[in-house]
Amino acid sequence: MVPLSWYMLLSIIVFAIGVFGFLARRNVIIMFMSIELMLNAVNINLIALSHYLQDMRGQILAFFVIAVAAAEAAIGLAIIIALFRNKATAHVDEIKEMQG
Amino acid sequence: MELQFYHILIPFLPLAGFIINILLGKEVTRFNAHWPAVLSVAGSWVCSLFTLRDVMAGKIIDADLYTWIVSGTFKVSVGFLIDPLTAVMLIVVTTCATLIHIYAVGYMRGDSGYYRFFAYLNLFTFCMLMLIMGNNFLLMYFGWEGVGLCSYFLIGYYFNKKSAADAGKKAFIVNRFGDFGFGIGVFIVFLTFGTLHYADVFSNVSSIAGKTVSFLGWNVDLPTLIALLLFCGAVGKSAQLPLHVWLPDAMEGPTPVSALIHAATMVTAGVFMVARCSPIFNLSEVAMNTVAIVGAATSLFAATIAVTQNDIKRIIAYSTCSHLGLMFLACGVGAYAAGIFHLYTHAFFKALLFLAAGSVIHAVHTNNIQEMGGLKKYMPITYAVFIIAALSAAGVPGFSGFFSKDEIIWSAYAAHTPVGKLVWLMGTAVAFLTPFYTFRLIFLTFHGENRGVHKAEEAHGHNPHGSSHSAHGGGHNSHGHDSSHGSHGGRHIHESPKIMTIPLMILAVGAVAAGWVGIPPILGGGAHFAEFLKPVVGHPEFHGTHAEEWAVMGLSTTIALCGIALAAFMYLRKSDLPEKISKQFSLIYKVLYHKYYIDELYNYTIVKPTYWIADKVLVAITDAKIIEGIVNGVPGAIGRFSQKLRKVQTGLAQHYGIFMAAGAFFIIALALLLR
Repeated sequence: MVPLSWYMLLSIIVFAIGVFGFLARRNVIIMFMSIELMLNAVNINLIALSHYLQDMRGQILAFFVIAVAAAEAAIGLAIIIALFRNKATAHVDEIKEMQG
Repeated sequence: MELQFYHILIPFLPLAGFIINILLGKEVTRFNAHWPAVLSVAGSWVCSLFTLRDVMAGKIIDADLYTWIVSGTFKVSVGFLIDPLTAVMLIVVTTCATLIHIYAVGYMRGDSGYYRFFAYLNLFTFCMLMLIMGNNFLLMYFGWEGVGLCSYFLIGYYFNKKSAADAGKKAFIVNRFGDFGFGIGVFIVFLTFGTLHYADVFSNVSSIAGKTVSFLGWNVDLPTLIALLLFCGAVGKSAQLPLHVWLPDAMEGPTPVSALIHAATMVTAGVFMVARCSPIFNLSEVAMNTVAIVGAATSLFAATIAVTQNDIKRIIAYSTCSHLGLMFLACGVGAYAAGIFHLYTHAFFKALLFLAAGSVIHAVHTNNIQEMGGLKKYMPITYAVFIIAALSAAGVPGFSGFFSKDEIIWSAYAAHTPVGKLVWLMGTAVAFLTPFYTFRLIFLTFHGENRGVHKAEEAHGHNPHGSSHSAHGGGHNSHGHDSSHGSHGGRHIHESPKIMTIPLMILAVGAVAAGWVGIPPILGGGAHFAEFLKPVVGHPEFHGTHAEEWAVMGLSTTIALCGIALAAFMYLRKSDLPEKISKQFSLIYKVLYHKYYIDELYNYTIVKPTYWIADKVLVAITDAKIIEGIVNGVPGAIGRFSQKLRKVQTGLAQHYGIFMAAGAFFIIALALLLR
């Protein structure tokens, strides 16, 4: 039996990788993947705790997160493609029209 | 008696006329604007006659139309009080208004603002009728301010002309001073009695006798306070010292306006108000003496100024001031009926004087009597009615002005108080000056050689709409007066058209005969007028013998005839004498000619400091520094801060990401720490 704290440690590591990837990388696709990492870190956490607490609500919430992530991936990829067609780049530093 | 339909029509017919002309005047009625105007006022006049019949039959009506304002214990309704005093005023106002409306049809013909003129005239009549018919102080105040507003509109009728626009503003602002006092007076009436309804106030009026209140830190007698504050309003509206300055300037308005507003009706509102509030005034000897002395002083003061003036309308305006002073004098010695009687006769002869003067101005296109002269043979009707009006104003026996003036002077004498004797002396002096300046005006205008026709005609020929027509608003180019009167081109002064002369003749009948309703018993009359008003204003106690009455009457009559004779001597026989006298007494002449420098005094003590405060304090400090400092400073500071803050928006997704992460970290840390 793997203790709960291991799962949580894994979750933290995956989340930290996601945060770091999102902040440090400039490629939009990579940043997008980092977001997916963060979402899945949360999912690990939810399911581990659901099992630990013997409460199904955590697993149900994880399904919701997966559904949202799928929808987000669809829209996000569509935006990225549209962006690439217009700008011929996937580098976020070159996309700063919203500058104040 | 119930309120009848025709009672309600009296004020609301002119209002209807106003609404028709102000809404449709520009497009529909245009140069037919006189039809709704004249017909509505004539309708009021007919209704007023019916009302007079009711009142003569002994009926007094005090009825509410509807409740206007209810707020806690404060309740005011729109309602009419029709008693003898109201009936007299109704007759005066509607008669004069009707005749002047008709006269104005001829006088204003072709003017570009024709419909506007009649609309304002109607509105004025409505306000005046509300003032005199209202059964509470607030309705009087409504009418009071309404006539002030119309007066502003009508004085500034030729608004293209700066002097006219200024005169309108002056009238409005000077009246504000008086109305402020009047307004406070009305407030105190409400605070004291808890109601503004005349009947409730006057029936409880004895309860305030001798009470004192603290006002601005002083303990003052309550009736005196109320009476003096109300009298403030009368001083402004009726052009008494020291607020008389607007009336002569108001002559910038068209002549029918001068006749209607500044002679016959509006300016008498003050006298009417004092008579209406006589129960309050009677309680305070101080207030009564103030009224008498202010009236007498104004009367003498204005009469002396009138002697030296050269503008035909200004002379008559000062004469109005002077006669209004006499009315207040009468009220001040308790002879309200005499004051109202003079108001009534004065309305006829003064409207006549003004309209006749208008007829002269219409013909010669100047206001300066030094440029007139010899008009007798060109304008026989105008001359005749002018003489009648002057005889009436001068108080020559048999004419209506005589009876009212004599009654005032006799009342002052018979009051047998020191103040009464003082004002009697002043009134007698006025009785000498009035005929003098009135006949000076006539002799200079109608007699002798014509002194200015050629000059006037030359200007006239070259420039038919030119600025030489000061009376008709110089520079008012669309003014089509002359083009509609081709006969002017004939280089010939001519009599005015029938539509102007017929009202003159009707008013002349009034100027002679109006006073016959009040012939004193000593001359075989019944003093019906005083008897008629007795239920409203009471009757003063006279302590005089018949011999005294004859002596007073004889003295004032002799003095009046002397005035006429002196004017005839100075301006017909020895026409170089006036100039010599003015040279001899040049200081006095100058002071009088410049109207005691009152305008200059006000200019330096009130107008200039006000401008200085406006310029140096309000504009430079309050407006520029404080208001603009806040208004511009706050957005400026926000703008500068925002300029810095917008740098945060880099447009780089990573920056937003780090802010989110830092924010989340911060919130979690906070939540953990504060647990």
